[in-house]
Amino acid sequence: MAHDLHRIADAWHLCYARIKVGRSNKPAATCNRDFSEGSTSMKHSKLIAAALAAVGAMSGSTAFAGADLDAIKARGNLICGVNTGLAGFSIPDSQGEWTGLDVDVCRAVAAAIFGDANAVSFVPLSAQQRFTALQSGEVDILSRNTTWTLTRDVSLGIVFTGVTYYDGQGFMVPAELGVSSARELDGATVCVQSGTTTELNLADWFRGQGMTFEPVVIESFDESKTAFFNGRCDVYTTDASGLASIRAIDAPNPDDYVILPELISKEPLGPAVRQGDPQFFNIVKWVVFALIEAEEYGVTSQNVDEMKGSDNPNIQRLLGTAPGMGELLGLPDDWAARAIAAVGNYGEIFDRNVGPGTPLNLQRGLNALWKDGGIMYAPPIR
Amino acid sequence: MTDVTRPGRPAAGSLLYNRTARAIVYQVVLIATVIAVGWWLVDNTLTNLRQQDIATGFGFLTNRQAGFAISESVIPYNETDTYLRAFIVGLLNTIKVALLGIVLATLLGTVIGIARLSPNWLLRKLSTAYIETIRNIPVLLQLIFWYTILTETLPRPQQALQAFDSVFLSNRGLFLPAPVDALGWWLALLGLLLSIPAVIWFRRVARAHQDRTGEAWPTGLISVGIVVGLGVLGWLAGGAPAAFTSPELQGFNFRGGARVSPEFLALLIGLTLYTAAFIAEIVRSGILAVSHGQTEAAMALGFGRGLTLRLIILPQALRVIVPPMTSQYLNLTKNSSLAIAIGYPDLVSTMNTSLNQTGQAIECIAIAMSVYLAVSLGISLFMNWYNARIALRER
Repeated sequence: MAHDLHRIADAWHLCYARIKVGRSNKPAATCNRDFSEGSTSMKHSKLIAAALAAVGAMSGSTAFAGADLDAIKARGNLICGVNTGLAGFSIPDSQGEWTGLDVDVCRAVAAAIFGDANAVSFVPLSAQQRFTALQSGEVDILSRNTTWTLTRDVSLGIVFTGVTYYDGQGFMVPAELGVSSARELDGATVCVQSGTTTELNLADWFRGQGMTFEPVVIESFDESKTAFFNGRCDVYTTDASGLASIRAIDAPNPDDYVILPELISKEPLGPAVRQGDPQFFNIVKWVVFALIEAEEYGVTSQNVDEMKGSDNPNIQRLLGTAPGMGELLGLPDDWAARAIAAVGNYGEIFDRNVGPGTPLNLQRGLNALWKDGGIMYAPPIR
Repeated sequence: MTDVTRPGRPAAGSLLYNRTARAIVYQVVLIATVIAVGWWLVDNTLTNLRQQDIATGFGFLTNRQAGFAISESVIPYNETDTYLRAFIVGLLNTIKVALLGIVLATLLGTVIGIARLSPNWLLRKLSTAYIETIRNIPVLLQLIFWYTILTETLPRPQQALQAFDSVFLSNRGLFLPAPVDALGWWLALLGLLLSIPAVIWFRRVARAHQDRTGEAWPTGLISVGIVVGLGVLGWLAGGAPAAFTSPELQGFNFRGGARVSPEFLALLIGLTLYTAAFIAEIVRSGILAVSHGQTEAAMALGFGRGLTLRLIILPQALRVIVPPMTSQYLNLTKNSSLAIAIGYPDLVSTMNTSLNQTGQAIECIAIAMSVYLAVSLGISLFMNWYNARIALRER
């Protein structure tokens, strides 16, 4: 144990030194690996990482306008904080390549900045680690199915750049319980992951319904899923998309579990960056808008080169054939074209990762474009 | 040391050569440095947090609702209570498991430690095997092991194991009948508490009587009588309440009665078994440290085996046992923070949730660290006091 602690502390010192000198030498993914790999003291190492990151805030230098973007450019890659493993959103495939909707957002940003969708390294973060990792500079951007709330937006020193998936909290139960509505869950035992908005909504909703429940709050995502599948809880609750993912990928047999129809909250999920670099904030925000706008105008990863010859002024501005937009962001004019060529437009990203035909089999619903009955709407690029 | 004044150096009377003065200067410099470094750290932290627009301060403790539920609590708690109350709930849960764990581990460890010295070959080997297995497996793994056993092998509440029609064991926990809240039970508890000073007083009287007359009263039996008697007296004075609530299966779970959660059970079993292995070795070393001549002398004076152990060996062994025992108690208390791995809502778990909901990492971790420090120092102080009490008094 003592040895482990020293190892972790040493690794952290190295990483921290790296982060301090311009965050340039090595991807922080290496740092994260140093913390999380190995062993029995995993649980402790997370806490230690959080504690050390807190200490980091004690002596770190602060970001100045443009500092984050400069550091990213100097480093030559983007460091993106993602979920430790949520199929459809961020999970390594059989080749060890990260895939998913949250992952593609980071790839799009990397493509816009560097012209290379692979100039990004992924740092898997637990729900507990995510904000500290972003605050302390371990990651540049947090794209980890994270709900945008007032508290997080104004008191954590971070800013959300927009919404990439409109979600709501739902419940999953074993089919054998014969439950068909969340209103029948009075007295149920509910497994929930700690440190999430889900945990708060759960308490609010049951109180509002005049029902009682017993929470089983486990820190690790994997352990909490295991507790549910072992029968420790009657109900598992998280965002509906997360439930679909858990049911499709983690359940021993997906048909043994049903997702109840009620959604009890608004969970707008989106990427967040540190406060203090408006330029980088704008880039992330507008790359996401560009992906949505591309779907609206029918620009796809397949036809993006042909579309550059389009007469539509909106498409010309989007793809940079009519110059000016990129310059305002501090990027080359083909920034959006590069992002779209790399990962496709928003619709393509959705369909590839979570849409019908994937194991998650989610409908577009709220996430359809505004003109198709959803609420995905991008301000004009002009 | 000879005092030689060399040319070109200050006179021997100079402050520079005054050992006391130099010592004071060093200490002042040291303290000033520590304070300066501490101040710099705090100031730098606050400045950085302000520049990064991260909220600071302890205001959230009392003026924001915690908003999250906690599955078990010693005191009443719901989501609308403050973060401070959530912390207190966590702290009480930590203390609950630590106190019970300390008592159970001490009992089990003492039995196993004595068994290791038993003339019975099987008993001796069994306890050795227990100690060597348990203390060489990380306690975190043991906790997860027990938790998995409890949640995976026990049935759902609908198929709960049942005893006496009112005790149920399922993967929701152990459900027992509980007395309905009534004055009589509280008075009984008061009686039990009062019996502690009563027994101490009685033992003194008995001792004085024995010193005076040489006649030994059956103190053990009478002490038990005092404890039971005062308890029953309180119960009778409160009107002898006899109502119990039994757990009943309603919907998803049992309602009514008292409940022990699988998380608490797994944590208590894991910590007790693990710490007991260390305590057993401490007890064994303590007993072995008492010279065999003491036993022989006691036997020669006509003491039986039980009396020899109780009056001669254990009091001397305790002097060796208590200091290392203190660190085992501290270890158990600190190891209880591993509860977070199996979902028991202890201090670290509630701290962790609060940290994530408020984002105020430094404050939350500082609170948890200071509370553990205070609890540990409290245990240390008590054990040091006890150690001083049983120490050999040289006359």
